[in-house]
Amino acid sequence: MRRSGFSRSTFSLIFAFVSAACLAVAAQQTGGGGGQQNFDNVQVRIQKAQGNIYMLVGAGGNVTVQVGPDGVLMIDTEYAPMSNKLLAAIRTLSQGPLRYIINTHSHPDHVGGNEDLKKAGATIAGGNVTLDIGDAAQGAQIISHINAYKHMSARVNNQYATPIGGWPTSTFIGDDKKLYFNGEGVHILHQPNAHTDGDSIVFFRKSDVITAGDIFVTEGYPFIDLDAGGNIQGIVAGLNRIVDLCIPVYGQEGGTMVIPGHGRLSDVGDVINFREMVTIVRDRVQDMVKKNMTLEQVKAAKPTKDYDPLYNTAGAFVTADAFVEAAYRSLKK
Amino acid sequence: MIKFSFALLALLVAVPASAQTNLSGVWNNLGILNEDWPDRLPGPELGDYAGLPVTDAVRARADAWDASLITLPEYQCRVHPSDYVSSFAGLRMWEERDPQSQQLIAIHTHHFAWGTERTIWMDGRPHPPATALHTAMGFSTGKWDGDILVVTTDHLKEGWVRRNGLTRSDSATVTEHFIRHGDTMTLVISVVDPKYYTEPVVRSRDYEYEVNGDIGPYPCEPVEEIIRPKGEIPHHLPGTNPFLQEYAKAHGIPPEAARGGAGTMYPEYRKTLRDMMGIK
Repeated sequence: MRRSGFSRSTFSLIFAFVSAACLAVAAQQTGGGGGQQNFDNVQVRIQKAQGNIYMLVGAGGNVTVQVGPDGVLMIDTEYAPMSNKLLAAIRTLSQGPLRYIINTHSHPDHVGGNEDLKKAGATIAGGNVTLDIGDAAQGAQIISHINAYKHMSARVNNQYATPIGGWPTSTFIGDDKKLYFNGEGVHILHQPNAHTDGDSIVFFRKSDVITAGDIFVTEGYPFIDLDAGGNIQGIVAGLNRIVDLCIPVYGQEGGTMVIPGHGRLSDVGDVINFREMVTIVRDRVQDMVKKNMTLEQVKAAKPTKDYDPLYNTAGAFVTADAFVEAAYRSLKK
Repeated sequence: MIKFSFALLALLVAVPASAQTNLSGVWNNLGILNEDWPDRLPGPELGDYAGLPVTDAVRARADAWDASLITLPEYQCRVHPSDYVSSFAGLRMWEERDPQSQQLIAIHTHHFAWGTERTIWMDGRPHPPATALHTAMGFSTGKWDGDILVVTTDHLKEGWVRRNGLTRSDSATVTEHFIRHGDTMTLVISVVDPKYYTEPVVRSRDYEYEVNGDIGPYPCEPVEEIIRPKGEIPHHLPGTNPFLQEYAKAHGIPPEAARGGAGTMYPEYRKTLRDMMGIK
């Protein structure tokens, strides 16, 4: 039975993952010494995607920034302590107002900076709205799928998973939401039950850039948050959807750029490779499930053996065993 | 006297400042494709990993590889990566020079196979950061070692060492030596990929200069060749690939030898082979 909100175990699991990620970042920054996490040492790197879209890489999930005459739209906000650095990086790209924050999902490494960055922006509001609600324009609008909102606003150990000020202020419940900003259509596509049950893929139609969230990463196996409604079948479906959206220039390269949840700037060729791995591992585990093998037997069979040198690397967010277990539990549902 | 000095100076600056070689022109290998023939036009046999320093992981990956994969539309026009494309047909090379200083900025290549073009930067620029896009051609910088062009490439997309499932990872580094001897050129390629290979994978390719050579177009348009359920990826489940023994049987060698590994690369392996085959 799937739970719709954050349970105590879910929070613990995510906390463990976040802690591990933070430690990994700290280790990276301190040369692997395993010292305490220190965001002070983390630099934000700006990688241009194409058009007016940039990928910002600091600590946590990748951030997408769209700049133009209407102002700034950003996707995901890393951890809270990174907010000032992210804002400083954005200001090297644009002095325009931060209007929109879109969250691809609810995990703290992607929404931790929501509250602070929201305060740095301003919602587009006017007319009756501004007159009736004096503070309507204060802060950027935060957009997410309704399920991501539910996870962020769930109470865990008598506190909210995400501080109230960081909650989405605009949610959608259907398949998608559309904006037109900075001269291009921004299509927010809900991908059901993939990394979580509140995932969004964002497609910038003129710049031809897709922000994939954690459905697609280049630095390890995918994290499938089963307690938050994730499922390997949804990951495969999401990857197929991204491949369908992409149009390469030639030879399955170039054209549409894809910003992964974690890792380097990519295009459809990278997504195809990742999809190949996830699909093949899914098929292997599925075959073992059909043979009534136990989880321990499936792990012992090492269905990721050929991919482990690429994805089960030191400091990887998800171990091979964790990926296999998530696949197994997905397919047993 | 002054006029003479200027003339002498002009002559001096027209002389190469170092032993660099001009590689510009069309280089072809149609007459010498017999070099490593199975790896070239026909494609290597399934299950043939002999003589390559494969790890268990990449061997397992190749065992699972199904040639039907390349019938998927999104795989049909995948280009050969820069470290492999030299196995096919010819290439054109040309220089890009600063119009004012005549300093060499880059050397460009255009391969016939899939029409791939790459740039070898010669101006000392650094390689991109880890966040940058990887491509089939990778990011290449070159320098001269005497009259040999030495090229270092990274930021490669995942490619292949052999077209039978032996994969090259996207974190590999490739070093190439372009060596010109008059109208012939030898290209030596060394692929360092510790994720999948225990030692560098080295191959060489020879070219002949073509005075009137030209490189034709190579259009490729993916089509739906086989109707499949959406998202299906052809592959063999572990232990089910029926084709893995064919190579060893066809060539009369022990199956263990076909499985490759660094040990199969060296002359000493002949004794191991003889022992396996019971030959005195």
